[in-house]
Amino acid sequence: MSASGETAVAIAAVVRSGRRSAVDVIDEHLARIEAHEGSVHAFNLVTAAEARAQAAEVDRRIAAGDDVGPLAGVPVAVKDNLCTNGVATTCSSKILEGWIPPYDATVVQRLAAAGAITVGKTNLDEFAMGSSTENSAFGPTRNPIDLSRVPGGSSGGSAAAVAADFAPISLGSDTGGSIRQPAAFCGVVGVKPTYGLVSRYGLIAFASSLDQVGPFADTVEDAALLLEVIAGHDPADATSIPQPSPSLVEHLDDGVNGLRVGLVTELIGDGIHPDVAARVREAAEALAAAGATVEEVSVPAVAYGLSAYYLIAPAEASSNLARFDGVRYGLRVDAPTTNEMMVATRTAGFGPEVKRRIMLGTYALSAGYYDAFYGQAQKVRTLIARDFAAAYDRFDVLLSPTTPTTAFGLGAIADPLTMYLNDICTIPTNLAGDCAVSVPFGTDRDDLPVGVQILAPSLGEVTMFRAARVVEAAAPARSSAATDGRFHA
Amino acid sequence: MSAPTMPTDSLGNVITVAESDDVLVVEASDGSRWELVCGLEVHAELATATKMFSGAPNHFGDEPNTNIDPVTLGLPGTLPVVNQQAVELAARFGCAVEASVQRSVFSRKNYFYPDMPKNFQISQYDQPIVVDGRLELPSGHVVGIERAHLEEDTGKSTHVGGAGRIKGADHSLVDYNRAGVPLLEIVSRPHVRSAEQARQYVAELRSILVACEISDGKMEEGSMRVDANISVRREGSDELRTRCEIKNVNSLRSLVRAIEHEARRQAELHASGGTVTQETRHWDESDGRTHTMRSKEEADDYRYFPEPDLVPIDLGAERVAQIAAALPLLPAQRRRRLAEVTGEPVTAEAVVVTVERGQDDQAVAAIELGADAGRVLVHVVQNLAVDGGAELEPARLAELVELETSGDLTATQAKQVLAELVADPSATAAGVAKAKGFEAMDTGALEAIVDGVIAANPAEWEQFRAGDDKARKKLSGFFTGQIMKASKGQADGRAVAQLLAARSAG
Repeated sequence: MSASGETAVAIAAVVRSGRRSAVDVIDEHLARIEAHEGSVHAFNLVTAAEARAQAAEVDRRIAAGDDVGPLAGVPVAVKDNLCTNGVATTCSSKILEGWIPPYDATVVQRLAAAGAITVGKTNLDEFAMGSSTENSAFGPTRNPIDLSRVPGGSSGGSAAAVAADFAPISLGSDTGGSIRQPAAFCGVVGVKPTYGLVSRYGLIAFASSLDQVGPFADTVEDAALLLEVIAGHDPADATSIPQPSPSLVEHLDDGVNGLRVGLVTELIGDGIHPDVAARVREAAEALAAAGATVEEVSVPAVAYGLSAYYLIAPAEASSNLARFDGVRYGLRVDAPTTNEMMVATRTAGFGPEVKRRIMLGTYALSAGYYDAFYGQAQKVRTLIARDFAAAYDRFDVLLSPTTPTTAFGLGAIADPLTMYLNDICTIPTNLAGDCAVSVPFGTDRDDLPVGVQILAPSLGEVTMFRAARVVEAAAPARSSAATDGRFHA
Repeated sequence: MSAPTMPTDSLGNVITVAESDDVLVVEASDGSRWELVCGLEVHAELATATKMFSGAPNHFGDEPNTNIDPVTLGLPGTLPVVNQQAVELAARFGCAVEASVQRSVFSRKNYFYPDMPKNFQISQYDQPIVVDGRLELPSGHVVGIERAHLEEDTGKSTHVGGAGRIKGADHSLVDYNRAGVPLLEIVSRPHVRSAEQARQYVAELRSILVACEISDGKMEEGSMRVDANISVRREGSDELRTRCEIKNVNSLRSLVRAIEHEARRQAELHASGGTVTQETRHWDESDGRTHTMRSKEEADDYRYFPEPDLVPIDLGAERVAQIAAALPLLPAQRRRRLAEVTGEPVTAEAVVVTVERGQDDQAVAAIELGADAGRVLVHVVQNLAVDGGAELEPARLAELVELETSGDLTATQAKQVLAELVADPSATAAGVAKAKGFEAMDTGALEAIVDGVIAANPAEWEQFRAGDDKARKKLSGFFTGQIMKASKGQADGRAVAQLLAARSAG
């Protein structure tokens, strides 16, 4: 919910009706950002002046009788790896220092066309590589639920912005769990749409075959509405599915009667914190109580997801990030020759995790190693997709935890491999190209939110959201002490 | 005993070297003889309206960095979208060289260079759009085409200071207008056996690209660039030795010189017991030599992998068949047609030259209007290779040839009239002939001139009468020349020949 305690749906309704001005809505949210941003650091940049100007424009158009769109006057926070025309876009990296994109990402255009108002660019792990938002060149974001903990990552800023009521909705990107994992850690809803459902044009690429832009929201309905706004074919993205945006909100309350739900055996046992596993089983019971049938199902290849992911994603990243060389934009560290300039720029501009993945990926693609690494990983990817397809022959949706644990403390995980394990439940969906949503469902013994993941086949968003709505409705409410108590302390 | 492992190309096919009557053989200083084996890689810029992966204009010669957009510059977040026109042009080329046009996949070729905006080039690697074609040269020799694939061009660097070379330059400027321009890289099999075949291959390829409106084929503007893979082997052997890739060959003349120089360099190296290193060499037009650019040991590992931002492209058999059916008449077909209507061999120089100059439609039309094929061909090749000559209407050419064959104009007069017809579009052959006072020479007057020339050259005449065929032929030229001179070019050549024959028999 937003600063006013309202959902995006509610804000758009009052603004469209003219009962409340968009300027008033934006001022209220900017005030809350000003009050609490210092302790959260959700944003790399708050675009207050631009937001106020856009809000005034929305109000002017509403007064003139225009249809401003389904997100009229709704504040939205945008991950800082999505290009915004005339507004710095950094990927939380020093290497993009000083670069101002001359164009808007397609999703940013669609937000504006729907009447939404961008209030700022949110922090992330540098180039979306990380699971805690600690790998930012501009310092970590803190979890609004507990400021001593991480918000998850890499879209930690966007998750925190919604959890802190800086905006009712935000955009993130999910390559291996970068929307769902922070959503789980921050107690909000986060969606990884089907690959190709949302345009990637203007999303600064990490791993092109896995990246997908998706929504954060406090409610399943807001998430569905935001996804409707940003989804649909974009001719500027060759991997965009040539179909119009699906109708998601319309079917939200269709229920789950007769729906076949599979609980993924491999993602509910070893390595999953018992409190998290317990909440997932309770969510399954809630679905069963609402008329779904629930059974365990084995998806064996998910066990290899992490290994395949850490070859494919770095391989693509090593190529995608080659363009940051100091020649055309961003940071340039001068040196006597072009090659030395490129090396000096990249050495100074990239953080350690980015460098680690560039090296991993370069190695995986090298002559003599390609077949053993990249080639093999692609075969595993095919197996994972096949195992999921087999599961979806028998089930409409699958259920698992979003993360093995709840939010951990800042600085608590120093070892990269331990950090990578955070994404063990989310990565398989990206490899398969399917969709999944994380829905908050109760807390662990420390009152930290638990996320339940609902997975669906490619373009299975309608069914996925129906199940998400039922899980949301059955979720034990977080006590106000658990939310506001810590944050306001 | 197992069969020796044969070398294979990038598609896994065994490399075969075409048999040819025309093979460049170099004799090294020690007397050993070495023959050429050569394959050519031609990069042709496609004549599309926009770039390979973006809507920026594809246009040569504009102000630097004006034909650019966020995709061209590889700005963060931008994505490529395949240019449909480029795909269709590549398919058209495939059909024109009787190749398979197949489902193809784009890959990334990764290396760092300042004029390449993304520091990778989107190209096609193991699944190119065109495979396994053939090109028949005017000489009749067939060169196999291994593959042709689509890719994007790079920008252009200009080095300021340091004599324009990157070493020692003060700074460099980059123009991205060319970055992203669609390229078709056409890779031949090593079927080129002489420098002349290489020249013909590139010229023929260029004619096809231009005829099919695939590329403007301008080598001087860089829209067609040639690299030659060259090796030599002992004459008559079937071994394949280490090859070198020669770059910077910017004209057909350079291509011929570079191949001849490089074949000799390698032959001498082998003959003296040295080794040819697999490397890329740079042709230097000014000193007529090739120089090492980089050896294979230093070569980049391009880390090819399938381009994740694009999906495979497949035009489908039906579309490919439509493209094949819509092909214009190709140079080889034009040569065959002209050979048929003139009765000349398809390899005749007049046939090849006429088609090369794009004047075969003119010649064929004039012949179909009833003009003598031989005379038409002579005029087109010799007298219409001038400005405006190609534009002369076939009907006016036919009218002129008829005046000539009917004996109203001599060959020399016809040539003069033709020049007038080209210069003045409203003139007619008969009108010009009349205005110039060209009339068939009176038989009596011609006989008097012939007899006069015979009388003035008794010794030659005796040799002409008594000589063998060779002597007669030689002296016939002499007498014809003398008679033409005496008649001030008015005499008809055939009438002269008849008179000389009659007098010597009499």
